[in-house]
Amino acid sequence: MQQRSSTVQEPPGAARDYRLTPPPAWQPRTDPAPLLPDAEPVRVLGTDAVADADPALLRRLYAELIRGRRYNAQATALTKQGRLAVYPSTTGQEACEVAAALALEERDWLFPSYRDTLAAVARGLDPVEALTLLRGDWHTGYDPHEHRIAPLSTPLATQLPHAVGLAHAARLKGDDVVALAMVGDGGTSEGDFHKALNFAAVWQAPVVFLVQNNGFAISVPLAKQTAAPSLAHKAVGYGMPGRLVDGNDAVAVHQVLTEAVTRARRGGGPTLVEAVTYRIDAHTNADDATRYRGDAEVETWRAHDPIVILERELTERGILDEDGRRAAAEDAEEMAARLRERMNADPVLDPMDLFAHVYAEKTAQLREQAAQLRAELDAESEA
Amino acid sequence: MTTHTTARPAAKAAAKPATMAQALQRAMRDAMAEDPTVHVMGEDVGTLGGVFRVTDGLAKEFGEDRCTDTPLAEAGILGAAVGMAMYGLRPVVEMQFDAFAYPAFEQLVSHVSRMRNRTRGTMPMPLVVRIPYGGGIGGVEHHSDSSEIYYMATPGLHVVTPATVEDAYGLLRAAIASDDPVVFLEPKRLYWSKSDWSPEAPAAVEPIGKAVVRRPGTSATLVTYGPSLPVCLEAAEAAAAEGWDLEVVDLRSLVPFDEETVCASVRRTGRAVVVHESTGFAGPGAEIAARITERCFHHLEAPVLRVAGFDIPYPPPMLERHHLPGVDRILDAVARLQWEAQS
Repeated sequence: MQQRSSTVQEPPGAARDYRLTPPPAWQPRTDPAPLLPDAEPVRVLGTDAVADADPALLRRLYAELIRGRRYNAQATALTKQGRLAVYPSTTGQEACEVAAALALEERDWLFPSYRDTLAAVARGLDPVEALTLLRGDWHTGYDPHEHRIAPLSTPLATQLPHAVGLAHAARLKGDDVVALAMVGDGGTSEGDFHKALNFAAVWQAPVVFLVQNNGFAISVPLAKQTAAPSLAHKAVGYGMPGRLVDGNDAVAVHQVLTEAVTRARRGGGPTLVEAVTYRIDAHTNADDATRYRGDAEVETWRAHDPIVILERELTERGILDEDGRRAAAEDAEEMAARLRERMNADPVLDPMDLFAHVYAEKTAQLREQAAQLRAELDAESEA
Repeated sequence: MTTHTTARPAAKAAAKPATMAQALQRAMRDAMAEDPTVHVMGEDVGTLGGVFRVTDGLAKEFGEDRCTDTPLAEAGILGAAVGMAMYGLRPVVEMQFDAFAYPAFEQLVSHVSRMRNRTRGTMPMPLVVRIPYGGGIGGVEHHSDSSEIYYMATPGLHVVTPATVEDAYGLLRAAIASDDPVVFLEPKRLYWSKSDWSPEAPAAVEPIGKAVVRRPGTSATLVTYGPSLPVCLEAAEAAAAEGWDLEVVDLRSLVPFDEETVCASVRRTGRAVVVHESTGFAGPGAEIAARITERCFHHLEAPVLRVAGFDIPYPPPMLERHHLPGVDRILDAVARLQWEAQS
């Protein structure tokens, strides 16, 4: 050992001169402070800010809430009558649905989840076409391009990257189109939620993500879904602003969403909005909500019902009177009657549609199978 | 399916043998030049030109908006491509390796493959998912899978795999022109295979869904595709020495499946062996053999045999030569086709 070490030629002073290279100074890429949501959800109702709101908008919001509530009740009734296979109600969440629709311009796109039928209807979609998926006569009852409403997405959060891609493509083409993508609190745990937010922030895509935190993913409460301070806080990790809003305050949701949509349209990039709300009904008609939540909790939220708090405020401020309330109720009742009537008619289905839209052109195998079904149908009709 | 021939710009340089990777790159370049809605996207496709250099130069030529390095998330890449297709673009997505495409599987199965159907034809998905696949390059785990059966089993997808340099160009052009989603499987061990194909000459764009007889023969048919085509052609040459005149059919497209070409061949030869790297159990060969049996039973002199990879997770590189169907294993199967002599 002695001999070996003596053969090593150390440059004079090497040990003394050696220094660890200090790492380059770390810099945050974005100042996180402006991205963080406020500690309390944004509220307008019950504050002086209501005075700044346009009375026409307030009355419109009210009328849409009434229609929405009636729509939820009617669709739920249709489920009980077997006219719908399933209906995930948004009773209690109507403010989020309505504000989502009203925050968009006609050229914008809506990417709804399976629960967001009401947002699609409030955007002007035919109520019957909106229910096609849930009725079971086809998967989507409308042309998405015509209404700029993507098909209702049954898998959770998988429609969010679509919203990002569409918004990105629109911007590449020079169109000032914004995509609004809706997801529930449970959906924020899915990988596609993360991927969509990350892509949107990196690309600065004109997208607004609206999380309706209604407290439960079927039966799993938010506390078991996430350890984040709020779902809006997740935004900071992607480099986009997070906004927290009272989801039962229609005016506040509309205001926060409109700000986010405007920001996106002007090139400001995406925003994550968490609307804190509550699902008054069960997840669907197949769910027993009494197994995972108590009446007292539901009652607390009933007292904070989006219709109750808006109606009270508008009445107190003289923006809504008895005539206005009656007109909204009549309009909603008329919509429900029409919906009932049309949904009670059996849909006319063509079994040959099974093969019509698998590919642009049928493969040889599909042509054969279509011929087989045709023969079976002919035999049936002759029998 | 679209069929057209592309006239190329006049020759700039003397024709050199081109690789499959170059032909694929050329296909994307020509498509992007002709159609501004074609966008290439994926991890490392931009500055680096892809880990196999298949997208080399596209970002420089067409800009980063047309050839985009995305964040590393396959479901995000494909999911964003869905939205881009909704807005009228034609995304060409690269998944870096076969097994890396699995995170995007949900997007592929739940959305890409069904969007046309779900919307009664109003929202087609004209996108291509390019996936380098298969073994034989000494890749470590998750770099050698043959995952074609998953895609084949999903209605709404086309599944295409070229085996020659010419087809790499023609089929990718057809895939990009297709109004339906195409899973374009690139046999990565053929990326560097060469041909005298000249990128400057007019090139035929074959319609998707047509198999081709690569070698005519009379004794038996080898039905194959992608990375196994050269192995089958080699086996056919070796078999000739033993008096077997093998016909080799290259499927090129797994979906749609060209039953007509395959069955015409088997009816001529009376015997068939399906050869592929993918696992045999519930693999592509199971479907193909069943179809041949259903359609050609009275012409068959022997059961349809399969030479496939073993039913194991893809093996480590030092053992992969035992797993991959080679010439000897194909010849053994051909010998077993002498059914009458044995029974």
